[in-house]
Amino acid sequence: MVDEKILTRYQEIPGYTGTIDEYVDHGGYQALVQALKHMQPAEVIDAVKRSGLRGRGGAGFPCGVKWSFIPKDSTKPKYLVVNGDESEPGTFKDRMLIEEEPHQILEGVILASYAIGCHQAFLYCRGEFVRGAEVLRRALDEAYARGYVGRNILGSGFDLDVVLHRGAGAYICGEETGLLESLEGKRGQPRPKPPFPAISGLYACPTVVNNVETLSNIPHILLRGAEWYTSIGPPKSTGPRLFSVSGHVVRPGNFELPMSVTLRQLIFEHAGGIPNGRRLKAVIPGGSSAPVLTEQHLDVTMDFDSLAAAGSMGGSGAVIVMDDTTCMVRVGEIVSRFYHHESCGQCTQCREGTAWLHKVLHRIEHGQGRKEDLDLLLDMCDNMKGKTICVLSDAAAMPIESYLKHFREEFERHVRERACPFGGD
Amino acid sequence: MISEATQKRCAELVKRYPEKRSALIPILHEVQAEVGHLSPEAVEWVAGYFGLSPADVMSVASFYDMLSLEPVGKHLIYVCQNLTCTLLGAERLIRHLESKLGVRTGETTPDGKITLKRMECLASCGTAPSIQVDGVYHHQVTPEKLDALLDELRRD
Repeated sequence: MVDEKILTRYQEIPGYTGTIDEYVDHGGYQALVQALKHMQPAEVIDAVKRSGLRGRGGAGFPCGVKWSFIPKDSTKPKYLVVNGDESEPGTFKDRMLIEEEPHQILEGVILASYAIGCHQAFLYCRGEFVRGAEVLRRALDEAYARGYVGRNILGSGFDLDVVLHRGAGAYICGEETGLLESLEGKRGQPRPKPPFPAISGLYACPTVVNNVETLSNIPHILLRGAEWYTSIGPPKSTGPRLFSVSGHVVRPGNFELPMSVTLRQLIFEHAGGIPNGRRLKAVIPGGSSAPVLTEQHLDVTMDFDSLAAAGSMGGSGAVIVMDDTTCMVRVGEIVSRFYHHESCGQCTQCREGTAWLHKVLHRIEHGQGRKEDLDLLLDMCDNMKGKTICVLSDAAAMPIESYLKHFREEFERHVRERACPFGGD
Repeated sequence: MISEATQKRCAELVKRYPEKRSALIPILHEVQAEVGHLSPEAVEWVAGYFGLSPADVMSVASFYDMLSLEPVGKHLIYVCQNLTCTLLGAERLIRHLESKLGVRTGETTPDGKITLKRMECLASCGTAPSIQVDGVYHHQVTPEKLDALLDELRRD
């Protein structure tokens, strides 16, 4: 296992504060200098394709392939939009990258823009990230002042304007077309696809939307080569990944590791195990939208495909650990409340489904559940999946189905005893 | 009704985008910062600025958690109520705040000083339970830390 830190290497340097001078002193912007001098845009796309880098926002789509969908012959402007709207419950790694490594993100933005032929890029920063937006603003000012952004970057003839845009608090704006609507000054309601953003995105122009962590990988891939990158982690889930581990663990935090790490290693070695002598009960391995796993799954490796094969997903890399004091009905109530609040309301299945999931889970947790409610929940989940414009509806249904699958007896007990056996909180 | 300084910032925001409407949410942030909330007059002003109907502006403003059509207190406390924070005691913090402030979540103290709000995941789960006060994170919050914080806010 490779222990070298890549995405978090700068912040491990004593006294590092993330200014442009420090970043440059430690090798920052070297990838940009090299690429602008020696690489054609198509070569940059090719290197990223060969690296196998998959999107770190949730879907795990190959980044270089996404870039290659941008039509070369389009006469319309092309746009790069950075998804810094991190809001998948349990995830806090993009906020760290924004606050600690802003220039690494910017270097990735400039390289991606060069690759796809974009001359105006937008950094969509989650509204609640007040400090993050200040850090990005300062980094952007520094990059403009040094000629890494702006006209004729480093004498290459390549022009790029980067605009910092603050969101205003809506989970659905993390969905890429919801984000584009929001960036156009509208309600963040996802668009039907196709057309995909690569053909018709921001202002109906070809657009790439990339996550903050995804773009942070780009400078390293170009500087050290696709072959080096593919040597990290399993063949189909290459490169380092930031795992946000939280909940009932001794050392919560962000851990940068290859995706060959197992769930067991992540929880018990890196995050220090379960505190207070408690036992592990359940773990959500990829943000609250991911189906839950249990002790029997602990040896799964944390790559996209293995987690899918185990019945869950890698999602945003957020690992939420729950010990044996946790009530899974209460977890369902909290998770469904979240999706109900965040449903944009366009699609009936999602708008109504999330509301009813929450209502039924709330009544089971509070001692008013009925025997039929368990199958009612499963029936609702079935009607919510694969039927809507975006996957928020699926993301609300999948976890609830998984709680029922693994902990059905606990739901039954709530109904039978007309109370939460854990005493609620 | 909107100050010249804010209007100047609005003009700069509009210049950043290929299409004017993209500046709508940033300008709603600016106007809210000046007025305190998006009052009917503030919404009307923004609508006029963009040549949109007030209903169109309201439909956008009402979609986003950080934009408020209702008056809010001088200080804003967001308590994360999502999964990790609840696992680590967020409901206890909410009960503590409600009893200390004498308001329910979603309400403002009668002196107009503090608004208490439940929020969804604030992306600070590694230091749960987490709250944000006027945009600043507070980590691993306890009732004792809340008391000190409330004293500070009340003095202001």
